[in-house]
Amino acid sequence: MSWEVVIGLEVHCQINTKTKAFCGCSTTFGAEPNTQTCPVCLGMPGQLPVLNSVAVDKTILTGLAIAGDINLESKFDRKNYFYPDLPKGYQITQFTVPLVEHGHIDIVTKSSGAKRIGVTRIHMEEDAGKSMHEGLDAVSHIDLNRSGIPLMEIVSEPDMRSADEAIAYLKNLHQVIRFLGVSGADMEKGQFRCDANVSVRRPGEPFGTRTEMKNMNSFRFIKQAIDYEVVRQIEVIEDGGKVIQESRLWDSVKNESRSMRSKEEANDYRYFPEPDLPPLRVSQLEVDNIKAGMPELPHQLRARFEAEFGLSAYDADVLTQTRELSDWYEALVAAHPADPKRCANWMANELLGRLKEMNKDLAHCPISAQAFAQLLDRMADSTISGKTGKDVLDAMMETGVSADDFIEAKGLKQVSDSGAIDTMIQTIMDASPNQLEAYRGGKEKLFGFFVGQVMKASKGQANPAMVNQRLKELLKAS
Amino acid sequence: MPFSSLSEIKTRLDDGQTTAVEVAQLYLDRIAAHNEQLNAFVHLDAEHVLGQAQASDAYRAAHGVHGARALEGLPIAVKDIFCTQDGPTQCCSNILKDFHAPYDAHVITKLKEAGAVLVGKTNMDEFAMGSSTETSAFGVCRNPWDTDRIPGGSSGGSASAVAAALTPAALGTDTGGSIRQPASLTGITGMKPTYGRVSRRGIIAFASSLDQAGPMTRTVKDAAMLTAAIEGHDPLDSTTVADAPQLDWLKACEQRDMKGMKIGVPKEYFVEGMDAEVRASVEEALKQCEALGAELVDISLPNTDLAVAAYYVIAPSEASANLSRYDSVRFGHRCENPEDLLDMYTRSRDEGFGAEVKRRILTGAYALSSGYYDAYYLKAQKVRTLIQQDFTQAFEKVDVIATPTSPITAFKIGEKTDDPLTMYLSDIYTIAVNLAGLPGLSQPCGFAQNLPVGLQWIAPAWREDVLLGAASAYEAATDWHKQVPAAFNEISGGEA
Repeated sequence: MSWEVVIGLEVHCQINTKTKAFCGCSTTFGAEPNTQTCPVCLGMPGQLPVLNSVAVDKTILTGLAIAGDINLESKFDRKNYFYPDLPKGYQITQFTVPLVEHGHIDIVTKSSGAKRIGVTRIHMEEDAGKSMHEGLDAVSHIDLNRSGIPLMEIVSEPDMRSADEAIAYLKNLHQVIRFLGVSGADMEKGQFRCDANVSVRRPGEPFGTRTEMKNMNSFRFIKQAIDYEVVRQIEVIEDGGKVIQESRLWDSVKNESRSMRSKEEANDYRYFPEPDLPPLRVSQLEVDNIKAGMPELPHQLRARFEAEFGLSAYDADVLTQTRELSDWYEALVAAHPADPKRCANWMANELLGRLKEMNKDLAHCPISAQAFAQLLDRMADSTISGKTGKDVLDAMMETGVSADDFIEAKGLKQVSDSGAIDTMIQTIMDASPNQLEAYRGGKEKLFGFFVGQVMKASKGQANPAMVNQRLKELLKAS
Repeated sequence: MPFSSLSEIKTRLDDGQTTAVEVAQLYLDRIAAHNEQLNAFVHLDAEHVLGQAQASDAYRAAHGVHGARALEGLPIAVKDIFCTQDGPTQCCSNILKDFHAPYDAHVITKLKEAGAVLVGKTNMDEFAMGSSTETSAFGVCRNPWDTDRIPGGSSGGSASAVAAALTPAALGTDTGGSIRQPASLTGITGMKPTYGRVSRRGIIAFASSLDQAGPMTRTVKDAAMLTAAIEGHDPLDSTTVADAPQLDWLKACEQRDMKGMKIGVPKEYFVEGMDAEVRASVEEALKQCEALGAELVDISLPNTDLAVAAYYVIAPSEASANLSRYDSVRFGHRCENPEDLLDMYTRSRDEGFGAEVKRRILTGAYALSSGYYDAYYLKAQKVRTLIQQDFTQAFEKVDVIATPTSPITAFKIGEKTDDPLTMYLSDIYTIAVNLAGLPGLSQPCGFAQNLPVGLQWIAPAWREDVLLGAASAYEAATDWHKQVPAAFNEISGGEA
């Protein structure tokens, strides 16, 4: 009998505010340890939190983007536990009434097609500091720069049935968050962190006992960790054992997970309402205003690119991976409006391919969308051929030269003068009487021979379409 | 007795009859003479006090009488719970021994801006947890009316210092009666403003939803002056209210009769077990109010008997979290040679906290723990709502409520230390006011066994003017507030 995998995901996403969740300290990444702290985020006596309203707005925007309900009154609670990088001995979070509930994210996977994944809630909370133990003898170091950075915790329903679905959900969520501009979502900087709750069951049976996989900071590790955990749980059960509810830490070096703590050892967080913060009230008007400022989301852009520009689903997907890409593409179409498909093909295949080889992202592209459009223009008006276009693009990417300057300097302008082409064809026909006779006798494969000869004679600059057309006429004539 | 009130000092300063330095020196002399006996102050820097007084005199000289600020040159002592950049802030706990805050509490800033001269830190129960000032890590504080007795608590040091005229006025904090009960037990006036009236920023938290700072003074008007200086919205304390009704604090104190005033007398506050003489004093005071034109109305606050139980769930629950930050990682006491993290936590906190603080942390952690939360914390919050409703209904019928402040007078040092439950019951009349977030004021109204008795006034939220009006009228008709413990009644320091 087969096993069914059940996955729910919790994503901790740092909100990219200038200042922390409850104090005025900077949130800039990478500063010297403990330089971005103040009495509030150090948990000094008598200090009180003041909620960052920008963090609230960005959480609401995220909630609206996943079609969630915004609770006009939500609450803050204290989550109590002792750890040296948690200065107050409690984390301010939203336990009982989160800001956002009942959203969803639509995913598509090869194995299961289109599917809707429920988002249970998005709540606001504060990040803890960082503890450092490695390479230190009998002491630990604490950096509290991260203490108090605002987080959204995005909790999914246990709706995913494979690691592929989980990754699709995460990538989709990651993309939406990047599009909204509510987080840097840089996984390597810990701005987008995922915990996965994994269990297995026989189809139709109640949920099995779940384990929580922690500390996974790349999509690849998340997939590996889930796959590993599924195999482990199935083995435990098939060997007659029981899965223990526990937290497990993924070791990306050893490619295995190990138990962190079981439920019995788990903290009792003693949640209770945060008395220092009144309930968070937002008006419907504020929510509506945030909604009005909602940027176009990836799925909306994809649909528009397909409908408005006639792109294939594949190209539309490629060009909407990031806001940067779609903006660049739209700028390109604005500068070369005649052929959005040519824009898409050349951008997706030629430009992005070259950037990848150069190990650069679009933000550091040596040429602008307008400069790229000039190149497309020159192909559209037959000044150069597509083949020459690729060479021109190479040069543009390397030196930043404009298409026109390079074509001019190198004399790459193709010959589209029908008189000149006719003369070249006549010369070649005269020089190749045997081939001409054979062609006229029905050996049509020789057409390619004549094209090749003309292109050779023109040093590749004859307009290929025109050569084809003129050759067909002149070879026929007798 | 050097001066009868803050107001009197202010008048004399304004009239040029004395200077801030003279006033400060006079009180410093009295502190030097009496503090060893009372232990009301746990920190005092005489030079710093005189420096502030000199600066105030200079300010007055530069700006003239009309340019003088509201509390220009007036000495104010503050409980050791207020963070100050000057001197240590220790909350009378070993875990904060020698802690220096790098910031002033909001109310300290306000006092400085008003020109006050800050006179040291006063003794208190450790982290404000107590009703007698006996849990202080820096020694018990004594009641000037009988130095074998406690001054009440937790703001016992402030109460003792004002009652013995070691300072003309002081700030305290009140979580379950910690201003009003010691005011009552030492024969002075103390007011807890409406929750949200005064910023809590920089005041070391005990129970955040209940804590409120307020004045401890010799007269009602002084209490009004001091409250006017410290109250107001603080954008950095989200529980202060931006659009709180503004009051004319001093005008409220001009009331001289009680004509048309309906005073609610809750039957639940006059029960078996209260001291007979205390009851007699309060009933006499109520008759006096009738004579001043008030109408006494019997009312009921039916959930009164649940208040203490609810309070001793909610306050310790909040405290258990508020005191988690004393983990020895960033500041405060750390044990010697910890073996590991757990050892560092447990030993540092074991050494740093006293027995009562530990008892409350444990009680609170238990009440919040998984499986008990609904039965304790949630239930207590429901009781809190019921108590609030009791008051709301009562205030539909009456303008103000009058009760005893404490069922007993000051007890002997050590008398109740082994019996925390009896100790907790000494706050039986004050706790409900904190749970409901209302303003309350205690003023002297007589003596029982030669010890002061307090009358408590309770008003609707934001109506401190009603409290001050009633109390001013009563004060004008009586002279209980003028009584001074004989041993501390000399004019200046030293010669007693």
